[in-house]
Amino acid sequence: MAMTNDYKAPTMPAAGQVLDGDAGDFFALLKPRVMSLVVFTALVGLLMAPGEIHPVLGFIAVLSIAVGAGASGALNMWYDADIDILMGRTAKRPVPAGRISADATLAFGLFLSVFSVAMLGLMVNWLSAGLLAFTIFFYAVVYTMWLKRSTPHNIVIGGAAGAFPPIIGWACVTNSISIESIALFAIIFLWTPAHFWALALFKAEDYGRAGVPMLPNVAGERATKTQIVIYSVLTAVSGVVPTLMGFAGIAYGVVAALLGVAFIWYAVQVWRMADGDKKMIPAKKLFGYSLLYLFGIFTALLVDALVTKFFGVVV
Amino acid sequence: MDHVELTERQKKARRSRSVALGIVLACLVVLFYVVTIIKVGPGIFDRPM
Repeated sequence: MAMTNDYKAPTMPAAGQVLDGDAGDFFALLKPRVMSLVVFTALVGLLMAPGEIHPVLGFIAVLSIAVGAGASGALNMWYDADIDILMGRTAKRPVPAGRISADATLAFGLFLSVFSVAMLGLMVNWLSAGLLAFTIFFYAVVYTMWLKRSTPHNIVIGGAAGAFPPIIGWACVTNSISIESIALFAIIFLWTPAHFWALALFKAEDYGRAGVPMLPNVAGERATKTQIVIYSVLTAVSGVVPTLMGFAGIAYGVVAALLGVAFIWYAVQVWRMADGDKKMIPAKKLFGYSLLYLFGIFTALLVDALVTKFFGVVV
Repeated sequence: MDHVELTERQKKARRSRSVALGIVLACLVVLFYVVTIIKVGPGIFDRPM
């Protein structure tokens, strides 16, 4: 793995030390940027599902899913504080930066996990609550505690955690899991590897320093770039599946196909990038575009669902 | 008996946490009230003594 000798790791605060984390620091434990994506994809799943839910209960469903996602983020930050402190991208998080203690973070994460699952179960239905509980367990235990430090395919399998929100949103309305909601799951699941490996390419030194076996550090840049292209093709195909299956319109299919072609184009630019390139501009562009892609796909699905629901027109 | 003297920064952080917690609890009270009305409806007042 890539290692550097000139990096001096900061020290964690001693146990029992009084810390000065404010409300903003506790909010940061919830990984608000990840949470915003979870909220959005869950909302799309909820609005696409056949059937109706009272708007207030729909709001509570999305709120519970958001809090559950935040709880798993807090548990991740509690467990990963020892490696977060070694990486530039994560060293300023509240726990490694010494603003909130690890114990308080664990308690916060566990409390919010139980609270969000109970709220969803009592107020919406127990299938969606069970799925939320499984998602938190999968992210905090299967991905964070097990896969992340043990295999270069960590984010391939771990990506399932981030892909569950539309299934949960769908289950909130229908109290069931359907092939349509699994198709939404597949879009995020297949998108995750290309998104994270683009990041891992230009943050390989950080991951190497922390000993996290990301694909570029274990298999090398060339193999990672090839995998990125393969997953970008799979992502682009999965993007048009809702139209092929008939639960999204032709207009959505055209938008998804164009977004998918652009995704593959950005991935090919990464593949063509010379090995050992220091600036990694194509990888940074792919990382940025991948976020835009997912937002674009789910916005198009949302528009499609709203037009169909409120105007009865399939576009 | 030892006392922990909080610094101004720690006092400010504690105040911030207390205000946030208060707001969250107040929102939950409203939320639980509204959900009770939605799920049970006006029938919640119509119980045998």
